[in-house]
Amino acid sequence: MNILKHREALLALVLLLTLGLIAARFPAFVRPGNLAGVLNDTAPLMILAIGQMIVILTKCIDLSVAANLALTGMVAALMNGAGVPLPLILLAVVGLGAALGAVNGLLVWKVGIPSIVVTLGTMTIFRGTIFLMTEGAWVNAHQMTDAFKALPRTVILGLPVMTWIALASVALFAVVLRRTALGRAFYAVGGNPHAAVFAGLSVGRTQFAAFVISGALAGLTGYLWVARYAVAYVDIAGGFELDVVAACVIGGIAIAGGAGTIWGAMLGALFLGVVKNALPVIGISPFWQMAISGTVIVLAVAFNTAQSRPRGRLILREAHE
Amino acid sequence: MTPRSIPDRLHGPAHRALRSWETLLLVVAVAVFIANSFLSPYFLNAWNLSDATFNFTEKALIALPMAMLIIAGDIDLSVASILALASTAMGLVMTAGADTPLIVATGLLTGLLCGAVNGFLVAGLGLPSIVVTIGTMSLFRGIAFIVLGDKAFNGYPRDFAFFGQGYVWWVISFELVLFAACAVLYWALLHRSTFGRAVFAIGNSPTAARFSGIRVDRVRFALFLLTGVMSGLAAVCLTSRLGSTRPSIASGWELEVITMVVLGGVNILGGSGSIPGVVLAALIMGMVTFGFGLLNVPGIVMSIFLGLLLIGVIALPRLLRGK
Repeated sequence: MNILKHREALLALVLLLTLGLIAARFPAFVRPGNLAGVLNDTAPLMILAIGQMIVILTKCIDLSVAANLALTGMVAALMNGAGVPLPLILLAVVGLGAALGAVNGLLVWKVGIPSIVVTLGTMTIFRGTIFLMTEGAWVNAHQMTDAFKALPRTVILGLPVMTWIALASVALFAVVLRRTALGRAFYAVGGNPHAAVFAGLSVGRTQFAAFVISGALAGLTGYLWVARYAVAYVDIAGGFELDVVAACVIGGIAIAGGAGTIWGAMLGALFLGVVKNALPVIGISPFWQMAISGTVIVLAVAFNTAQSRPRGRLILREAHE
Repeated sequence: MTPRSIPDRLHGPAHRALRSWETLLLVVAVAVFIANSFLSPYFLNAWNLSDATFNFTEKALIALPMAMLIIAGDIDLSVASILALASTAMGLVMTAGADTPLIVATGLLTGLLCGAVNGFLVAGLGLPSIVVTIGTMSLFRGIAFIVLGDKAFNGYPRDFAFFGQGYVWWVISFELVLFAACAVLYWALLHRSTFGRAVFAIGNSPTAARFSGIRVDRVRFALFLLTGVMSGLAAVCLTSRLGSTRPSIASGWELEVITMVVLGGVNILGGSGSIPGVVLAALIMGMVTFGFGLLNVPGIVMSIFLGLLLIGVIALPRLLRGK
């Protein structure tokens, strides 16, 4: 009974159960090598889910992450083509991603436009910008240097660098969210904006910070994505923002803000990653994937809401009973 | 977050009409029209203008109930996916040998059913509409993908083509007439009926609406039904116009529909907006898209413009008011 109250534990259980079911028929799927592959495949989703989760904590939503990823990825590929050294590219993508996030954040903070409208708009603007930069041309594998492509695949201690970056981001933001004033501010601002103002927090500034973090992580993922798949064009990661939101919703991040943990977001991403990778293995057409993630989102949100539904509006319920 | 200040004295009706969002839209529409006719020699031609209407009629059909839904404080991101699923269902019954009336009925019914699913999840179970419809957006189009995969339905009956390609009189297309009729209908529903008053009341304060005796959940459910059935209607028109169904049909339309609604002056947070505004916004977007098309501007550049427009029209009044 106690374990049911811990959403993350429950989700982990569901994840293990899913893995168990798949393993019963296809033991090869749970070989450590394959699981590491699944983990690596899910790394971009995990990194983006961290940023999205922080944004959702502050009662906002960032639908522009995939477009941000595509734009920064393209810039990384073009810089690589122009001979810019890799460390500089890495700095640039994180910086550019953060700047794009800052655009979202400023529009939310200073102009007061609802985040869903802002990011719907910037989503199309970012993707359109890629087209303006490239006229729709692709940057293909042979146009990228080996060092550029090799970094995310380099294996350290048995896992590729991309996986390590995802794990490091999770660890870093787990600390930030728990142990820093900014991290607590994200929760405070989303949990009760009015109380947050009275506690001396600026709601807008905190939301701005959330968008900058989400953007910076999207920028980092942009490089990883383009380097890993060795191709950059206008439509990479098209629709991926929905997967990211889905990972958060499945992970129990309350869409109304203020509640949820980074472990939830990570497990949500892993769950989607396992489903995505398992479908071809168990012989289901990949065309099923979209409907399955849709169903999972609806079920997850129904479950989350059922769990957190306040019963009545009696403030002094405890005293009454 | 500040409460709306209540002025001591309201301006006269003429003054208010002049300063209204709809007047601004009308001016923009006229300006776009004039700009277009100067920029391209092909613009001022009855048949070209008639073609231009196809750029917005189908999306605008969905924008009408979407405006009401957003005014009531909800949102439906799954409309384009409903359209895709309805089109797929129509393709299925067509392949099974159904005639035109049955195909159309299937499209409308599928839309209604999808709307009922959304409505049940949001109004019945009390789930947040934005996440629910992100989920059903994936689900509905996902089902279309399961049915069709990488294939397409072709070979709709000849008389089915009327809905998307037929003309009622001279250059006046069936779609345009249909849209005009629906616009009048929705105008009456939102601005001249108790249902419409309930929509505004719910958008401003669902709690107050409930205390004043409005069956809030029933109204919200009905709104999702309307959005669903209109997406089904749009599916009939679009499928008939294209003559084929692919699972990727109308992808990204939810954004354009919402842009249309917001451009039309509907408050994205609910509580205010008008049907004439949405109709004007649809006209503007249609003409801009068509004008860009005549100038050979690629579609994705138009989408940048739409993105800027969406943010710009909301940002501008807020910035001018000094927020």
